[in-house]
Amino acid sequence: MSDAAKKPVKLGKKDFESDQDVRWCPGCGDYAILATVQRTLATLGVAREKTVFISGIGCSSRFPYYMNTYGFHTIHGRAPAIATGLKVTRPDLDVWVITGDGDGLSIGGNHLIHVLRRNVDLKILLFNNQIYGLTKGQYSPTSKVGTRAASTPSGSVDHPVNPLALALGAGATFIARCTDTDAKTMAAILKAAHEHPGTTFVELLQNCPVFNDGIWDAVKDDAVNHQIKLVEGEPMRFGPNGSKGIRVTDDLEPEIVEVGDGPGQVPVSQLLVHKERGSKMRANLLARMTHPDFPVPVGVLHSEVKPTYETMAHQKVDDAIAQQGTGDLQKLLFSGMTWEVDADGVKA
Amino acid sequence: MTKQHELDRVVIRFAGDSGDGMQLTGTEFTKAAAEAGNDIATFPDFPAEIRAPAGSLPGVSGFQLHFSSSEIYTPGDAPDVLVVMNPAALKTNLKDLVEGGTIIANAGMFVEANLKKAGYADNPLENGSLDAYKLHAIDISALTLAALDGSPLSTKEKGRAKNFFALGLVFWMYGRETESEIRRIHKQFAKKPDLAEANILVFKAGYHYGETAEVFQTQYKVPPARWTPGVYRNITGNEALSMGLLVGAHLAGKPLFYSGYPITPASSILHSLAKYKQFGCVTFQAEDEIAAMGAAIGGAYGGAAAVTASSGPGIALKGEAIGLAVMTELPVVIVNVQRGGPSTGLPTKTEQSDLAQALYGRNGEAPLPVIAAKTPGDSFYCAVEAMRVAIKYMVPVILLSDGYIANGSEPWPLPDLRSLQPIPVNHRTDPENYYVYDRDPATLARAWVTPGTPGLEHRIGGIEKDALTGNISYDPANHERQTYVRADKVARVAQEFGELDMRGEDEGDVLLIGWGGTFGSLRQATEAMRDQGKKVTHVHLRWLSPLEPKLDALIPRFKHVVCAELNAGQLRPVLRSKYLVDVVGLNKIQGQPFKVREVIAAIDGLLGDRVGASKDGETVVTRGEARA
Repeated sequence: MSDAAKKPVKLGKKDFESDQDVRWCPGCGDYAILATVQRTLATLGVAREKTVFISGIGCSSRFPYYMNTYGFHTIHGRAPAIATGLKVTRPDLDVWVITGDGDGLSIGGNHLIHVLRRNVDLKILLFNNQIYGLTKGQYSPTSKVGTRAASTPSGSVDHPVNPLALALGAGATFIARCTDTDAKTMAAILKAAHEHPGTTFVELLQNCPVFNDGIWDAVKDDAVNHQIKLVEGEPMRFGPNGSKGIRVTDDLEPEIVEVGDGPGQVPVSQLLVHKERGSKMRANLLARMTHPDFPVPVGVLHSEVKPTYETMAHQKVDDAIAQQGTGDLQKLLFSGMTWEVDADGVKA
Repeated sequence: MTKQHELDRVVIRFAGDSGDGMQLTGTEFTKAAAEAGNDIATFPDFPAEIRAPAGSLPGVSGFQLHFSSSEIYTPGDAPDVLVVMNPAALKTNLKDLVEGGTIIANAGMFVEANLKKAGYADNPLENGSLDAYKLHAIDISALTLAALDGSPLSTKEKGRAKNFFALGLVFWMYGRETESEIRRIHKQFAKKPDLAEANILVFKAGYHYGETAEVFQTQYKVPPARWTPGVYRNITGNEALSMGLLVGAHLAGKPLFYSGYPITPASSILHSLAKYKQFGCVTFQAEDEIAAMGAAIGGAYGGAAAVTASSGPGIALKGEAIGLAVMTELPVVIVNVQRGGPSTGLPTKTEQSDLAQALYGRNGEAPLPVIAAKTPGDSFYCAVEAMRVAIKYMVPVILLSDGYIANGSEPWPLPDLRSLQPIPVNHRTDPENYYVYDRDPATLARAWVTPGTPGLEHRIGGIEKDALTGNISYDPANHERQTYVRADKVARVAQEFGELDMRGEDEGDVLLIGWGGTFGSLRQATEAMRDQGKKVTHVHLRWLSPLEPKLDALIPRFKHVVCAELNAGQLRPVLRSKYLVDVVGLNKIQGQPFKVREVIAAIDGLLGDRVGASKDGETVVTRGEARA
């Protein structure tokens, strides 16, 4: 956590609203996310000027214009790279990255992988609506096979990427997920992400009412049956009265079971228990539980503490100064083999 | 009895397999020449492959050194002495040797297998084909092993020391002092004393062989050159550039943030800066070229002195992000150490074919200042200047170098840091009447407000912005206004230009215009032609964008205007369109620098009314006629 984060500052949601009109389509999931982010930021105790939002290109990437903080709307897919440069040179700032499924996982996939691997202290929010919205409705890297979109009138044929599994594979130290309208869970995730030293990767299941309306409806409207709210130390249950649960098979696959002590039922003691700081295998298992085969795990799936890139990079500088003293440019220039030429113009 | 013979200048080329240590041999001999007070210029020329098959033609690595008792500008057109460690090295380099030049060949490697690999039917050292040269065929391999008789090293390790035999031999030939070389070997191999000992033994053996073998009857002396008083060191372009970046950041009172991705021939800048952490320099090896540019933009946004470097292919990838820096008006220095193109092209060879890319290689109207270093040492000052302009005008600046000056070296009079002007930085903190695109009336720079400044929170981005408030604007008139402001800002960089780098009168028969790493050849050729009474003036441009305003008055006063470039003509059309003058081109695209004699011959041709109609490989003045 940066110094800025420790300073007590009293702020409200309004303090984080910029003077620009918000121009997303009516009904866009981005409105709900914006409101929750503004409201949550006001509770983090960070001065507005110490907060920076950096985005790429896409509908979601207009986000910084609506935040009354520092903001940088960059180019398609490159926000993690630009944010890395900023955070490495200015570790005192709280840097948030706003991206989407096309921006972050397609054109910017490489940067996402490497920022996660390096564990730069950036807070990444990926708005996943399974479609390209700004370019008017082409299928995206998270679209399901068979998605009929402007560029795939007879249905897409390529397999979608799983954002959280990809993040874990890249070495993410914090992954979380929730839906656009679930303000309570989102606020909790944003706070946890802010506290986490290192890259945090949050997948926000976001609705595009124009080009992919209702893609998450099943998950959102019937949360009881299609979401598992992850609670530390609690067995993973869902369904009415927690009648169903998740157990792990001998083949290390999650399976849905009926919970209870009756015939064909599985006792609570055999269910998978959530452990945020658990193993990567456990995290991977959760990340691979996708709709519609499984209820979608919501909350913080995994976190682990590792040194951040910028801390180590600056440590190297500090070590060099401690060992060699602060660099002397004159000395550096005059290093190597030098020779002097006297006033007579001949080498001394 | 050995005769002593005095020479004004010598060009020597060491050539061998890329594993033969020719770069090291050349570098060490260069140090000795510098130590003896000669003026020097070097040209390492190596293959793209790390280790091409041993003994093969593509695997030949060369290092040319020109040392002199008078001022020199280039590593020399043609070697007087050729040291070849195998048949392939002889095959690829013999055509460059001067008539009657000296060949020192490692006869031990001229065995059937190697001769075959080099395409020799029989041994050129024995069949009389080299009779026109002074040939010294010496079994360096065997003499090296003999010198190391009793050494604990393996036969393979012993064999590797043979370049030190060659080094010792040329030390003797030119009467170089051995003691400091022995000290250098000790230092260089401090961690491997066995190797140090072996290399010194072999080095001495080579030296003594020169002294005692009857074949070498003459020892040559190149007396010290006359210099401007001061302290000197030998420096390559990339070393000078790296130090210039550090010094530039220092003058701005900022830490240097360097992000890069490995690419030949720019990588050694990253290597150098990675060693300068004690200066507060943070280096970031990015995942790709785009990220390297992106991180530099992020660094600049945060208030760092931000730099990225690459070569043509990498700059192509950075293009979109460079446009973002143009649009958001952030100070980033982008270095392009040019190499042969297009595509992968000739990665280890030099070319100036990325000028058009630097000037125009972005979408939209995206002008930016472009500066080009002319010599290895000049790379230092260009780096400082690029940093100064980037910060003062809030603009990304492209600094062009090339493979030739990046790897080539010259004696460099060390700068007095106190004489360099500080680079003023003003990070605005006053929220009163702050507008993102409010501009300095003299430079048109917007204020460099960094995140963390209370009360000045604002948003920037790649979408066109209102000319004052910085809010998104799609207003047609605003876009046109902003486009012209961005261009005008670049044009105003001309305010920073110093004296024109010109040799000759401001009128005459030929105005020879060059830029970048061709400086040495063009200047030396100009001197030679002027000595012959020809009315030739050489102007070497430091800035390619904006164009030098002093050309306006100059260009109309010459009968011929020649633009010399190592490309098919990229500055030439710029000059033609701006001045509506029939600028002719002197172009070479062979991955090699201009030879002085080529320049002279081409200008002579022009003065004799011979333009165009060149033979393949011949460098002549043209109007860009098709050659196919």
